[in-house]
Amino acid sequence: MYAYDDFDRDFLAERNRQFRAQVERRLSGALTEEEFRPLRLMNGLYLQLHAYMLRVAIPYGTLNPGQMRKLAEVGARWDRGYGHFTTRQNIQFNWPQLTDVPDMLDALAEVGLHAIQTSGNTIRNVTADHFAGAAADEIADPRPWAELIRQWSTDHPEFQFLPRKFKIAVTGSPHDRAVTRAHDIGLRMVRRGDEAGFEVIVGGGLGRTPMLGPVIREFLPADALLPYLEAIVATYNLLGRRDNKYKARIKITVHENGIDRVRELVEARFVQTQAEFDAAATAAQFDHIAAQFAPPVLRAADPAPYHAAREADPVFRAWADTNLHPHRDPSHAIVTISLKAHGATPGDATSEQMQVIADLAEAHGYGEIRISHEQNVILPHVARTDLPALHARLRRYGLATANVGLVSDIIACPGMDYCALATARSIPVAQDIAVHFERLKLEHDIGPLKIKISGCINACGHHHVGHIGILGLDRAGVETYQITLGGDGTEDAALGERTGPGFAYDEIVPAIERILRAYLSLRKGRAETFLAAYRRLGAVPFKAALYDKERADAA
Amino acid sequence: MPRDSDVQVVTANLLREGHVVWLAADGSWTRDLSRARTFDDKAAAEAALAEAARRTDLVVGCYLAPMRATPQGPEPVHFREAFRRAGPSARAAHPF
Repeated sequence: MYAYDDFDRDFLAERNRQFRAQVERRLSGALTEEEFRPLRLMNGLYLQLHAYMLRVAIPYGTLNPGQMRKLAEVGARWDRGYGHFTTRQNIQFNWPQLTDVPDMLDALAEVGLHAIQTSGNTIRNVTADHFAGAAADEIADPRPWAELIRQWSTDHPEFQFLPRKFKIAVTGSPHDRAVTRAHDIGLRMVRRGDEAGFEVIVGGGLGRTPMLGPVIREFLPADALLPYLEAIVATYNLLGRRDNKYKARIKITVHENGIDRVRELVEARFVQTQAEFDAAATAAQFDHIAAQFAPPVLRAADPAPYHAAREADPVFRAWADTNLHPHRDPSHAIVTISLKAHGATPGDATSEQMQVIADLAEAHGYGEIRISHEQNVILPHVARTDLPALHARLRRYGLATANVGLVSDIIACPGMDYCALATARSIPVAQDIAVHFERLKLEHDIGPLKIKISGCINACGHHHVGHIGILGLDRAGVETYQITLGGDGTEDAALGERTGPGFAYDEIVPAIERILRAYLSLRKGRAETFLAAYRRLGAVPFKAALYDKERADAA
Repeated sequence: MPRDSDVQVVTANLLREGHVVWLAADGSWTRDLSRARTFDDKAAAEAALAEAARRTDLVVGCYLAPMRATPQGPEPVHFREAFRRAGPSARAAHPF
């Protein structure tokens, strides 16, 4: 992975020095809160419901063991012994004191991590396919491009005060695991003959006005990426609305002006930006970056112990069936470490767990770690022969839950347990659903299912693209949960449809059970997933299951 | 007797620690809601808020929160304020 050079290190040290001085000036009274607030937000420091929160970027979800250990140390030393991995491949520390944050940032800088542009109306952390560099279905590793974008966008002077925040996701695989159509810009690597390039999607997003982004360019030669991105963001910077926060995202710009008009403006601007960019220097920098993403040399190893463990140990087999994904080399596997133990907070990891993951990545994973937007940790390259030993270690630390892609592998935003913007809780809803279906022993019978929960309309929990989406709202001082069905964040992206009236906090788990029992009775067989059954049957039978029961009870 | 939500308290977060605090009767900031000073007069509440908000060396994000007066002290009217008092409800189920 990319290692910081002197330029990166000096830039970060200077930026941290500035922030330390800004904190001192706030504490001395030289800066008012109004003056200080935008400065702290530019460095990822929020004030939440109960405390400050520091959001640290994990660029394109890639960490090395040293970085993971540093996150563990920061959590143990300055927070409450844990961190929360988010739906944008970031980590949040929920309890830092303002006076400690400069030290936390210096500690993070030691391993090339920072919190810059994790807030504010800037280009945010670039996210990527969490199986990048390992997946069997991949055209190419998208992370060198993501790193190039990170370098271009960090402290980009023209793009520090955009109309609104701006999120870019990139995938190198035709199977979209990066939700590219729900980002301000989505990039999908494609080939045209021998030439590598990108399909460029613009104007997707969730939030209060969910939209799937249309394609602005079907094929962009890879070496034109930065000037083209510059053209899009510059066009948005001028055209995007600043009069109304709720209409300021590029999805509204595209919606109001039409994709054809936006394309025209971007292409005109692109003529300029391409002429201004130093193509040779960019290419040289890209090569410099790409060389650091060379895939590990995979060792040849006999997979016999893996097969033997599958035969002998049903617990291992259950885990292998759900938590492994095909690696491009069949002697290896991609391992997803679930941070969704039944009843735990989705995405939370203790400092001890983070240290264990770092150790395991070194022992069995060629030193590579990924964080997924689904709030799990991935070891992208593990020899199958090592899997039994890895699984045994994971079990000891509560990290071997066999539920990836199942009903309890829920994405949930922090909701009103932490977030100042939330209108209802989401974490306890996720916990209750996970525990309930574990108790019913229905999880494996139900099969592949993505439940996504947001605690407010801003949709950090991606509820619109959940097969079952849950949105928590405040209705006259009472937590109320709306359900959407049929959403999908993959290459077949779809926005979920609202079922109807919402449910109270203590009604939401039974409501989800009614939907899933309807699915079990209506499906053609185990091979028909919930999403496939929903697409075949439509919303009607599921709405009937949801609401007819209620009416019967009321009668 | 004031109606349900007719009492107000001044609340904020501490500048340094970020903790949730309420303005107490003696003018200090307390982490114990039962010690918060209650206002049943809107003008007096607004005046106390304006005064408190000047203490930018101690607190950030001051506002008035509606409460129900009880013999045990003020009780939150809205669930958001109940969570601010209690901390994350999810922590009980937290494995740590």
